[in-house]
Amino acid sequence: MSFKKVLTGNHAVSYGATSARVQVISAYPITPQTTIVELLSEIVAEGKLDAIFVNVESEHSAMSACIGASAAGARAFTATSAQGLALMHEMLHWAAGARLPIVMANVNRAMAPPWSIWTEQNDSLSQRDTGWMQFYVESNQEAYDYVILAYKVAEKVLLPAMLVLDAFVLSHTSEPVEIYDQDKVDEFLPPYEPKYAIEPGKPISYGALSKPDTYMEFRYKIQRSMEEAVKVIEEETAKFNEMFGRNYGIVEPYMMDDADYVIVSSGAMTSTVRAAVHEMREEGKKVGLLKMKTFRPFPFEKVREYLSGRKKVAVLDRNISFGHHGIFYEEIKSAMYSVEPRVPIHGYILGLGGRDVTKQDIKEIYDDLIKREEISEIIWKGVKL
Amino acid sequence: MIEIRMHGRGGQGTVVASKVLADAAFKDGKYAQSFPQYGVERRGAPVTAFTRIADSEKDLIVRSFIYEPDHVVVLDPTLLSTQNILEGLKKGGWVVINTPEAPDSFDIPSDYKVATVDAASIAVKWRLGTKTQPIVNTAILGAFSKVTGIVSLQALEKAILENAPVKQEENVNAAKEAFESVKIRS
Repeated sequence: MSFKKVLTGNHAVSYGATSARVQVISAYPITPQTTIVELLSEIVAEGKLDAIFVNVESEHSAMSACIGASAAGARAFTATSAQGLALMHEMLHWAAGARLPIVMANVNRAMAPPWSIWTEQNDSLSQRDTGWMQFYVESNQEAYDYVILAYKVAEKVLLPAMLVLDAFVLSHTSEPVEIYDQDKVDEFLPPYEPKYAIEPGKPISYGALSKPDTYMEFRYKIQRSMEEAVKVIEEETAKFNEMFGRNYGIVEPYMMDDADYVIVSSGAMTSTVRAAVHEMREEGKKVGLLKMKTFRPFPFEKVREYLSGRKKVAVLDRNISFGHHGIFYEEIKSAMYSVEPRVPIHGYILGLGGRDVTKQDIKEIYDDLIKREEISEIIWKGVKL
Repeated sequence: MIEIRMHGRGGQGTVVASKVLADAAFKDGKYAQSFPQYGVERRGAPVTAFTRIADSEKDLIVRSFIYEPDHVVVLDPTLLSTQNILEGLKKGGWVVINTPEAPDSFDIPSDYKVATVDAASIAVKWRLGTKTQPIVNTAILGAFSKVTGIVSLQALEKAILENAPVKQEENVNAAKEAFESVKIRS
């Protein structure tokens, strides 16, 4: 039977990996991720999950071990944060290029220096072009659910997937999470059956040399799979919603029906935005929220569908592409380029390095947005100058 | 929505206390959330943790820190002289302090309700932590349950049994003893 339990976001991920019946876990500890694999190691040691836990000396090796395991046909899992993810970078390309459906939890943590252990999206967004799918979760329930969903989608399109949760704001926050009946999870996510697997006595080669006459086609196929993933995510999310009573989507609208103004958000701060939008609606303000659940593949069509015809849009970015703007801002502006009449889109940078984002901040951003006449591509909210 | 802020020192179990309180509220049929302020807690250093309790998930719980708590819980009385533990506290809110002193002995404005409990002695009696560094978290929650009525003692006991890593029964006994012995400012 399913049951509800008060869990941290990290432990929700551990439960998610357990429900997904991962077979190989390889990880290196890093704050604030550590408690994900700490609990998993206990679950494996107690014999509650039939998996091999591989201790390694670095994140680069953790991803390498996952690549080996996945190439051998196992469902492989890891988790990391910030510098750990950066150290994996080379192998992230490898996992996607070899078409291995590995799932990883990345706990968003600001990059050093200066040292920080608090939330910011630059670590995961820096991996934008590695060929990994990326899902940004808002609650501990979503953290649990998206481990399961990520495997389902990854194994269908043969690309790795990263679920991303905020340091501390989710990772170390406790709240009720529903853990599903194992039979139902098994029904949704059957065992991984690899198309190709390395087996003794049946040698195949992964990642061999590809000359200029073939390499481009491999890239083309990754792109086609990413495009296909949009549809697969929508289909699988719909099935998941039906089976488990959720209301997920590739993007998630809130109070958008007649909204003149839209605030676009991602990750844990979305809960605070939702509460602010709800209160502003009660004050008669025609404002809505669009939550960006999926970053790769980028949900162009849904973004156009929800943002076309609005008076103004504010995109919130807990990240920055130095020398450019907020990363979600740039992606959304690019998606909206072909839309006429043009929708004015403004970019707000906030909450870097774990700086608190409050309901009041969101209301101030709304007040700022409706007053702006010129498009502002980068507005720093709350920076001390 | 009820918001609670806890002040303690690393090693007293402040973060666990905030989680046990959330779990107890959940067991009472409510929706709850708890979180530490910083996540770099060190033994002896000041630690702040928060709990939000709502009637249901539909109450749209935010994910920011708590700046205007309804109640505060002080696990270490020495923090009263080094931190403004009343900062932002709403009028009529409870201040629940771990101390052997009487609640009347504190210079806390009459806008607030004050309760004290000798959680350290109770923890030592039940061998929670050491004599010099007792783990007072479960005891002070017993006192909090009694004076505020926000969580039931039964739910608190269950939450302690599930969340205390060791000495579960002793922790429950500490909470019960504090529940009975907490003193309220007249």
